[in-house]
Amino acid sequence: MERMTKFLAWLSAGILLLILVLMVQDIFVNSLRHFDFSFLSQDPLSGGRKGGIFPIIISTLLILGVCMIVIVPMGLGTALFLSEYSDEHPKVVHIVRKALEILSGVPSIVFGLFGNALFCVFLGFGFSIWSGGLTLAIMSMPLFIRTVEEGIRTIPKNYRLVPLSLGLGRTTTIRSIIIPYALPFVIVGGVLSIGRSLAETAALIFTSGYVDRMPESLSDSGRALSIHIYDLTMNVPGGDTNAYKTAMVLIVLIFITNGLFTIVLKTWYKKRIIL
Amino acid sequence: MNQNKYPWVKELGCKPCCELKPKIKIKNLSLSYGKRQIFEDINLEINTGCVTGIIGPSACGKSSFISCLNRMIEVVPSAKVSGDVLIDGKSIFDSRLDLNELRKKVGIVFQEPTPLPLSIESNIILPLKEHKFDHISERVEKALRDVGLWNEVKNILKEPANYLSGGQKQRLCMARTIALGPEIILMDEPCSSLDPISTDVVEKLIHDLKGKYTIIIITHNLAQARRVCDFVATFWYDGEKEIGQIIEFGRCIDIFENPKNKIVQDYVGGLKG
Repeated sequence: MERMTKFLAWLSAGILLLILVLMVQDIFVNSLRHFDFSFLSQDPLSGGRKGGIFPIIISTLLILGVCMIVIVPMGLGTALFLSEYSDEHPKVVHIVRKALEILSGVPSIVFGLFGNALFCVFLGFGFSIWSGGLTLAIMSMPLFIRTVEEGIRTIPKNYRLVPLSLGLGRTTTIRSIIIPYALPFVIVGGVLSIGRSLAETAALIFTSGYVDRMPESLSDSGRALSIHIYDLTMNVPGGDTNAYKTAMVLIVLIFITNGLFTIVLKTWYKKRIIL
Repeated sequence: MNQNKYPWVKELGCKPCCELKPKIKIKNLSLSYGKRQIFEDINLEINTGCVTGIIGPSACGKSSFISCLNRMIEVVPSAKVSGDVLIDGKSIFDSRLDLNELRKKVGIVFQEPTPLPLSIESNIILPLKEHKFDHISERVEKALRDVGLWNEVKNILKEPANYLSGGQKQRLCMARTIALGPEIILMDEPCSSLDPISTDVVEKLIHDLKGKYTIIIITHNLAQARRVCDFVATFWYDGEKEIGQIIEFGRCIDIFENPKNKIVQDYVGGLKG
C-alpha cells in the first residue's frame, strides 16, 4: 500500500513534468533552428512573417507595468482590508470576498469586453496600453489579493497583540509590522499575476489592440506577445515559424521573471528579520 | 518611606519603596466570554510601587483579570466587562480616555518573549516614536541599561531581535515596556518559558524596578512569588459557581506563613495544586 501511494504520487508529478518538458521541447526545437538574436531587436515585417518582435516586447512590458502599478497598491490595500478589518466590518468583508470569488471565475473574454466598454469607450482611452494594463489588473486582482491575504493571515497573533499593548496605532502596526511581513507574499502574488497576464490574450484583444508598431505613449495601441502568437498562428499564413519563436521568447520571459523573483525572495529571507 | 510607619516593609526585606496608597482600585469587576462567566465582583486595591503577585491554578481567570487592567481584554470579541477599574482615581473605562495612552501608562510583559520582527533597537524605537518621545537614542540606551541588557547588545543593536536568547528577548520586551515610562507594569508569567539563570536575571530586574513602577505579576511559581512579591492575591476556581474568584489577598508574608483560607493553606503548603 505504501509503495502504491508513493508510486501514484511520483506518477502524478512525473506526468506534470513530462507535459512541461514536451511543451518546452516542442517550442524550443521549432524555434531555435530559425532563431537569431536580431529577432529581439527588429520590427515585425510583412504582418509578422518576417522581421522581429521588438515593439511587441516593449508593448508587453508596458502593459505589464501598468497592470502591476495598479495591482500592487490596490491589491495590497484590499488584502489588508480583508485581513485586518474583518472583525469590525464582517458583512462588507464577506461581500468583498464573494465578489472576488466571482471575479476569479469570470472568463477572460468577459474581462476583455468589460475593459473595452469601460476603458476604451466610456473613459475614452481607446485601444491603448492603458486600457490593456488596467483590464489585466482587474482580471489578475483576485489571484494577487488571495495570495497576499493568505500571507497576512500567517502573521503570528503576538505580532498583532504586542503593538496594541504598546499603544501603537493601527497605521503604524500595518506600516511597520504587517506590510514588511507580507512583502514576500506580495512578490509571490506579483509573480503569479505577471504569469497570468503574460499568458493572456482574450482580455487584450479588445483593449490594447492589435497594432504591431512601437507605441509612442501609453495612450497608443500595443500588441502583446500572446496576441502576436495568436495572430500569427490564426490569421497570418506562413506565420508559424515566428509564432514559435515568439512563444519561446514568452516562455523565456516567464522563466526569467520567476527566476528573478526567486532570487529576490531568497535574498529577502536571508536578510529578513522575521525568523 | 517611613519604615516605622510600615514595619512590614523592613520585615519583608523589601526595598523601602511601597506606599500603602492605592494606585489601582478594582471595583466589582466581572468578566464573561459570551455566556461563560470567568470571574465576578472582584474588589482589590493595588498599592503604589509594590509588586503584587497573582497566584492560583490554571484557568481560573488570572490572565483575563490583568488583561482587563489595560483593556487588552477588548481584543477578544466575546469579552464583556462590567464594574470599574480606577487608576489614580480615574476610570479606565471612561469613553473620553485615549486607549493608546492607557496602554502606554499600563505596560504589559507577556508570558512568551514577544519581540517584534524588527531589529533590537527598532523594538524600542518604534513605540517611542509612536508616542512622540524625544531623545530616542538616550531612552533606548537607558531602557536597555535598566534591564541589564545594554552590555550584551550594544554592538548588535541593528541585528534582528529574534537572534537573542529567550532570557534576552524577555528583557528586551521589558525594556520596550519601561522605555515608554509606564506607571504600572503587568507581567503575565514572565519567567515561565525561561531557564533558571534567565529567571534569576528577570527576578533581580523586578526587584530593581520595585518602587519605580507598580507591578502586578502572575506566577505559578510559588517560590518566585515569595521572593519577589510584597502582596499576593490568590485566585481560585469555584467549582459550584463555575467562576474564578480571589479567595485571599494580603501581604506576601501573611499569605505564605499565615494564610487564613483553608484552600490557600493547602495550596501554599503544597497539599493542593
